Amino acid sequence: MTERVRIAQLACGSEYSGVQNEIADAAEAVDAEVFFPDISLADIEAGVKEFGLDVRSGDLKLAIGRAKALVDGRVEADAVFIATCFRCAEAAIVRNELRRYIHEHSSLPVVSYSFTERTTAGTLLTRMEALTTIARRRALLAREEQTGLTMGVDSGSSTTKAVVMRDNRIIGTGWRPTTEVIGSADETVRLALSEAGVAREDIMAVGTTGYGRFLVGKHLGADLIQEELTVNSKGAVYLADHQHGASTVIDIGGMDNKAISVQDGIPGTFTMGGICAGASGRFLEMTAKRLGIDITELGPLALKGISKNVSMNSYCIVFGTQSLVNALASGSTPADVAAAACHSVAEQVFEQQLQEIDIREPVIMVGGTSLIEGLVKALGDLLQTEIVVPPHSQYIGAVGSALLASGFIKGE
Amino acid sequence: MAKVFIYPATSLILSDLVARFGHEPLGAALSIRERIQTPGLESPPLQITPEDPKKGLRYAAVEVPSGVRGRMAIYGPLLEQSEAAIIVTDAEMAFGCMGCARTNELILFSLRQRGIPLLELTYPKSEEEGVQFVKAIREFLAGLQEGGS
Repeated sequence: MTERVRIAQLACGSEYSGVQNEIADAAEAVDAEVFFPDISLADIEAGVKEFGLDVRSGDLKLAIGRAKALVDGRVEADAVFIATCFRCAEAAIVRNELRRYIHEHSSLPVVSYSFTERTTAGTLLTRMEALTTIARRRALLAREEQTGLTMGVDSGSSTTKAVVMRDNRIIGTGWRPTTEVIGSADETVRLALSEAGVAREDIMAVGTTGYGRFLVGKHLGADLIQEELTVNSKGAVYLADHQHGASTVIDIGGMDNKAISVQDGIPGTFTMGGICAGASGRFLEMTAKRLGIDITELGPLALKGISKNVSMNSYCIVFGTQSLVNALASGSTPADVAAAACHSVAEQVFEQQLQEIDIREPVIMVGGTSLIEGLVKALGDLLQTEIVVPPHSQYIGAVGSALLASGFIKGE
Repeated sequence: MAKVFIYPATSLILSDLVARFGHEPLGAALSIRERIQTPGLESPPLQITPEDPKKGLRYAAVEVPSGVRGRMAIYGPLLEQSEAAIIVTDAEMAFGCMGCARTNELILFSLRQRGIPLLELTYPKSEEEGVQFVKAIREFLAGLQEGGS
């Protein structure tokens, strides 16, 4: 599909916050356009009455009326973007209920966002890209098997991962901390190719994802450059062998977190963000460093501790670190501190993000932090479910890229 | 001639009534259209930038949503100029409507705090109420002197 993707915007306050141009610019950057469903005043009154949410703000009533028009098929769109002011309780209720309503009553991909006047097009870019990818590439996202010899590279904010796959099997992996973006990618590619025992020129298609996807993709001449929301969803259900039906994918990353409600391998609703690094893998890295252990030792150590023994709130990474230092200074055991750090990060993700999507089992946890057992347990306790961590979960983006890239092999 | 703030600020009928009786209406000068093709009901024709919510800090604290502060950057100076006000509550959308309930609460509170002549009316539901509605506005405006006293 080469046509521009049309994203219906349901919003309250975006213009008066001065961010409407930023929203439009983010859509433009991924060859999409935002539009405002054309409805009448009578449609608003009727829509609000039928929907049953008695709000007072006129623009929220308008958003409800527009959502009804989209679901009823009176207005055509490829995707939906719901945006309201950060810190507005009335808007938060409407935003959540509309996202759920559209997700349950239509096949439209939908993402919601609460903005401030500081929101920029850059912040919104990955979300818009994911929306357009879902709208444009449903056929590609339906791919369930990797074919041929392909490679995926995930250039993340903390680490860079590469995977080589052949005929639906992972035959080589590479992993390095991200320092110089292209240099880190080259090194991981070298490691993955070496383990696979194949040469670069044998690779039939390459996919890239992650923060450095554009730079690395251009450098490697990638066939597919795609944001991590759709790629990780695909990789997660593929590795967990749960490509059909509903699932929830959680990726607590080094810089931000993703929670994605997936249906048949395609994201339906998703949230991305994290108010502060205190709710990301970065805080766990700092905890491990302060405890004088390797990050790989933090998970097993946390399993031995009791989180309740230490008061910790990592809503802000600075205050979280203060709690950490204070706990150690007052004689808390490293195991209890490790458990408390894992619980705190899980709690932030649970409170800030998982409330924004419908949790549907199985819950699949991916990314490097999924290897921290204490974090997986803490999140499982909060969600009261057994969390699935598939094999190779830390390579999720690279696997998803390699899988989807096989759709670009000549003749496919 | 007094400067009269009208609420809803988008009501062309109120604006017209104030002007007809020789006063200056302070409002949004926007009409609520039958069909809405803009982001909000009272989308501004002017270009608002992220600087405007910061200007709104004069009227609302930083923890107040940016959309409220952005709106107050526009309505706040009008409120400060106002020498009288007419407030119509429970109005139909077609009469005039403002997008954000929190901003509306702040505007109404600010007007009531100013100590200026105020006329508060409920939107009429019948023809008879409509006649009384216009009469009350006319008498209020006729009673306003220079400077609103």
